[in-house]
Amino acid sequence: MFEPKIVCFLCKWCTSAGADLAGTSRLKYRPNGVNIRFMCSSRVDPEHILWAFHEGADGVLIGGCHPGDCHYEDGNYKTQARISLLNRLLDDFGIDTRRLRLEWISAAEGTKFANVMNDFTEELRSKGPLKLAAREMAK
Amino acid sequence: MKRIGVFVCHCGINIAETVDVKRVAEEAMQMEGVTYAQDYIYMCSEPGQALVREKIKEENLDAIIIAACSPTLHESTFRAAAEEAGLNPWQCEIANIREQCSWVHTDREKATRKAINIVGTIVQKTRLNESLEPIPVSITKKALVIGGGIAGIQAALDIADSGYKVILVEKESSIGGHMAQLSETFPTLDCSQCILTPKMVAAGKHPNIELLTYSEIEEVSGYVGNFNVRIRRKAPFVDWSKCNGCGLCMEKCPAKVSSVFDRELTTHGAIYVPFPQAVPNKPVIVKDSCIYFKTGKCRLCEKVCEIGAINFEQEDQFIEEEVGAIITATGFETLPVADLAEYGAGDVPDVIDGLAFERLLSASGPTVGEVRRPSDGMVPKEIVFVQCAGSRDPERYKPYCSKICCMYTTKHALLYKHRVHDGQSYIFYIDIRTGGKGYEEFYHNAEEEEGIIYLRGKVAKIFRDGDKTVVWGTDTLTGRNIEIAADLVVLATAVIPKDSTAELVKKLRIHTGPNGFLSEAHPKLRPVESINSGFFIAGAAQGPRDIPETVAQASAAACKVISLFSRDHLEQDPAIAWVDEDLCGGCRICISVCPYDAREYDEEKGIVIVNEALCEGCGSCVAACACGATQQRNLSDSQIKSMVTASLRGE
Repeated sequence: MFEPKIVCFLCKWCTSAGADLAGTSRLKYRPNGVNIRFMCSSRVDPEHILWAFHEGADGVLIGGCHPGDCHYEDGNYKTQARISLLNRLLDDFGIDTRRLRLEWISAAEGTKFANVMNDFTEELRSKGPLKLAAREMAK
Repeated sequence: MKRIGVFVCHCGINIAETVDVKRVAEEAMQMEGVTYAQDYIYMCSEPGQALVREKIKEENLDAIIIAACSPTLHESTFRAAAEEAGLNPWQCEIANIREQCSWVHTDREKATRKAINIVGTIVQKTRLNESLEPIPVSITKKALVIGGGIAGIQAALDIADSGYKVILVEKESSIGGHMAQLSETFPTLDCSQCILTPKMVAAGKHPNIELLTYSEIEEVSGYVGNFNVRIRRKAPFVDWSKCNGCGLCMEKCPAKVSSVFDRELTTHGAIYVPFPQAVPNKPVIVKDSCIYFKTGKCRLCEKVCEIGAINFEQEDQFIEEEVGAIITATGFETLPVADLAEYGAGDVPDVIDGLAFERLLSASGPTVGEVRRPSDGMVPKEIVFVQCAGSRDPERYKPYCSKICCMYTTKHALLYKHRVHDGQSYIFYIDIRTGGKGYEEFYHNAEEEEGIIYLRGKVAKIFRDGDKTVVWGTDTLTGRNIEIAADLVVLATAVIPKDSTAELVKKLRIHTGPNGFLSEAHPKLRPVESINSGFFIAGAAQGPRDIPETVAQASAAACKVISLFSRDHLEQDPAIAWVDEDLCGGCRICISVCPYDAREYDEEKGIVIVNEALCEGCGSCVAACACGATQQRNLSDSQIKSMVTASLRGE
C-alpha cells in the first residue's frame, strides 16, 4: 500500500501541544507525518513548503492556533494569507492544492490532531504519490 | 566539524515498547555529524544524566540530542545537565519520540522509522545551532491575581505576606466567590462564612493588596516578568470613596432583581451589595434593572443618600498596570438546572441545585437557615438528592466526575436531618467517592447513624404532581424501579468552567483542556503553572476541586510567584530574529509584520534593526523577509530546509 510522506510544520503553543496531548491521551493515528516545531506558524515561509514538495513530500500540514488565539497576537492570520497566495501558485507547479493543509488545532485538541493526521494520510493515499517534474529533473 | 552525541531514552517501556531504541541509536550513528550514540532506560534519571555529562567530556561532544519525551517536559533538565558538563545550553536539543511517536503509533517498524527521521531532523538543526546567551530582562515584582474567591484570596494573601505587591481583580462587587454562599463545609461542618470572612477582611485591609472589585481584565500584553494589563473598573454609579455602607439606598430602592448570590431564591433592589459581609461593603447599581436608567424617573437612592455618594453620571474607568506574574483563579459555575431536560428543565419549582440548597441551609440565607422549599415555603419532609446531574454522562452532558458532589450531598442530607428531625432524605448515586482526609468516615456516619437512604442508581425523570415532585429512578442493587413523591429535589449539578473563562484565556493566551477548564503545564509535576511562563493557575478554574485542595493549590501558585520574584532578573530565550546588515535592503516589510514593534528603521545605515528586548521570537518577520537578510537564531532557513530533507528520508 502507498504510504504518503507528510511534513508537518506545527506551532509550539497550540498544534504541537495538541500533538503532545494526543500522545498523553494515547490516541492512535497514522505514522506518516514527521513534525517540525516552530514557535509560530507564521515562521513558515512558502519556500519551506515548496522545498518539502521538492524533497519528496506528498503532503504538507501547517498547524497553528485558532483565529484569535495566536500566542503572537496575529501570526496565524499572516500564515493564512501566505498560504492563500501560495495556493494560487501550486497549480502552476502541478501540485494539487489539497496536498497542502492548513489546520487550526489547539493545545486541547489532541483528538483533532489525530483525526487530521488520519484523514490527511487517507486523502493523500487516494491521490497517490506526487509526481513533480522538478524532482524528476533533479534526479 | 561539530561532534554531536545522540542519547536515546527507553522511558521504561513507554518508548522502547513501540520504538526499537537500539536501532534508533545505531541509525543516528550513521548521520552526518553524529560521533556518539547510546540508548539508556531512563535518561532523565540521575544515572541517565550522569551518562550524558560523562559522555560529553569523554567523547568531546560539542552538542547533544536527547531523543525522549516532549521538550516541554525535560528540555530544561537536559540543558542544565549539558551546561554542567561545560556545553552551552543551546547546544542541547530534544527529539520528541514519545508523545509524537511511540505513544501514538502501534506498528513497531513504522514507529521506529519515524523516530529515526525525527532524530534526523534534530541532528540537522543541531549541526547549525549556535551557542547563545540568554537575554537578561528585568522583573516587575508585582503580581496580578484574577478572581477573588477563596483561591484568589489565599494566593493574594500569601504573596502579599511575603512582601510583594498584589492586585486582586474580582468581577463581582465583593470578593468571596462561591465559598461565601456555602452554609457549612464538609467534613468538619465548619461554618463557611466564619472561616472565609476573616480572610476576606484580611485581603481587603492588607497594605500590599490592591483590591479591584467590580473590575475585569480588558487586555494583557507582554511576557513573564513584564506584563502590561489593562483593567476595566465598571461604573458602580456609587462613589465608593464617599459611601459609608449605611444601606439606606438599598432599603428604599423600589426595583426588584433576583439575587444571583441567593440562587434566585430572593430579590434585592437595583442598588445592592450581594451579601451583608461583602468586602468591600459598597453597593452597585444594576443599570439594566434601575428604574431611573430605564424610565428617567426615580433617583430615590440619591435622595436618601445623605452624603451624596450616588452618581448616575459615572462611567467605566480603565487603568493600566505593570505586573510580573499572573495567577488565574476564576473558579467554577454549575450546570444550569434548565439544561437538564429530564429533570424538569428548571420548570419544576421544587427542583433546585446544590448551591440553592446551601442558601436554604445558611444562617444568613433567605430562610435564615430553615429548610423551606421555594414553591410554598413548606418545610419538606422528604427530600431526594440526585448525584451526577450532568456529570459522568459523556453522551449527553459532561464526561468527568465533578468530584465535590458526593461529599456535599452527604453534608446536605446530614444538615437537613439536623434541621428537620423527622425528615427523610434519599440520595441517588452512581458511586460514592470519598477520597480525602476524614471523608469516608463522614459518609459512613451519615449512612449508618443518621438514617440517610442511599440508592444506587440513576434518576430517569422528575416531574411535578400536585404539590409533590415525583422522582422516577432505579435501585440497581435490588433491580427495582423506584418512585418517590418528594417535597423537594436537590440536584448535584455538574461543576463547569465559568462562561467568562473562554474569553479570558484568549486575552491571556493561556490554554484550556477539552472540557474548558484551564490546562496546567504538567498534570503531575507542574500542576499550578500554565505552559506559558509567568502564568499560574489555582482553584476550580482548573477542574472540580474542594476547598482544602483549592487553598493548597492557591498557596502553591503563590509560592511559584514568590520564587519567580526572588530572582534579580529573568532570562529571555535568545532564539530571536537578527538581521544580516549586508543583505538587508531596507524594504521595511518586517516592520509591518512585527506584532511587538521590535523592529526599527536605521536611517543612517538604511537597514532595519531588531530590538532584542522586545523580540519574542515568533519568526514572522523571517518568513516575510524577501531577501533572506532576517534570520531566526537556531532556526534559520537553511536549518529548516535540511530538517525538511531529513524528515523525508527512506522509502
